[in-house]
Amino acid sequence: MLSLFRRTRPQGSTADAAKERLQILLQHERGDRATPDCLPQLQKEILAVIERYMRVGDDHVDIKLERGDELSTLEINIELPGARALTTRGAA
Amino acid sequence: MAKIIVVTSGKGGVGKTTSTAAIGAGLAMRGKKTVVIDFDVGLRNLDMIMGCERRVVFDFINVIQGDAKLKQALITDRRLENLAVLPTSQTRDKDALTQEGVGKVLDELRKDFDYIICDSPAGIERGAHLAMYYADEAVVVTNPEVSSVRDSDRVLGLLASKTRRAEKGDGGVPAHLLLSRYDPARVARGEMMKMEDILEILSIPLLGIIPESPAVLKASNLGTPVTFDTKSNAGRAYEDAVSRLIGEQVEMKMQALEKPGLFSRLLRRTA
Repeated sequence: MLSLFRRTRPQGSTADAAKERLQILLQHERGDRATPDCLPQLQKEILAVIERYMRVGDDHVDIKLERGDELSTLEINIELPGARALTTRGAA
Repeated sequence: MAKIIVVTSGKGGVGKTTSTAAIGAGLAMRGKKTVVIDFDVGLRNLDMIMGCERRVVFDFINVIQGDAKLKQALITDRRLENLAVLPTSQTRDKDALTQEGVGKVLDELRKDFDYIICDSPAGIERGAHLAMYYADEAVVVTNPEVSSVRDSDRVLGLLASKTRRAEKGDGGVPAHLLLSRYDPARVARGEMMKMEDILEILSIPLLGIIPESPAVLKASNLGTPVTFDTKSNAGRAYEDAVSRLIGEQVEMKMQALEKPGLFSRLLRRTA
């Protein structure tokens, strides 16, 4: 019975969820078309800047993106080698 | 040893991506480490069906071209940690896929996953060819409809001749039939070819019958593989197909043959 009630109100339906997902995604995709694939370049440049000051391997970079309606978040995690890794590498 | 499975059909719109997501999720639900890969370069959609479209950073093409590490391009499912998605590029075209590049990525994935499910694009061009080339097994998705059956037959020919297994003389890629959008009521009225007829024409083993079901559209609206909808006919049919894929003997239940009454139909919809 709950379902009958819910179906009389279109809000919260799966069709609405589909529309919302598409609106958010397409808004981003249409915007991205002007600058395709800037992320690999962004990653290279960020690494280059950081490498000027400290040692990092490109295996230790993790980039996460979450596209949202109001705002998107770009999360970049760079793992730096610990003291031990640095001294063994220095000795080698 | 990891197994590479291609989900293919020749014809478009028969349910390849739905089936890739559903089989991938089903394998992960059974505890198998599974990755699903989108081979439809330029028209990516597996990410939407899996519900991770807002989290795509790097893709399959970035990895092939050395612009990103495989680890960075893989998106771990938020519902099941042993399920991952490798999305494709939305901006490049299929020429960005190279046989050598695809081979290298698959070899790397073999180390970490039990099952690698390749979602083929429609057609028989480069993307479809490379999706099937390295496969150990194929799932051929077919609708009970003349053009779909004809295209499946064409694809079976390619699996037997244009794949690595065929080149090595291993007799091509063994294929299973996944019959989808099957409507037993229309079959009973003689409006739709029956499963036995399609099996007779294609003569490959049957992996499962997925009934025409409203749950499939609902799942795609939400970005949830339909296998997670364990109360739906389609979800259960995919669960059975997955059990057969991993070698279990499961009776071929015709999930939708029992015609549900009005009340049970209403109840099912709430699920």
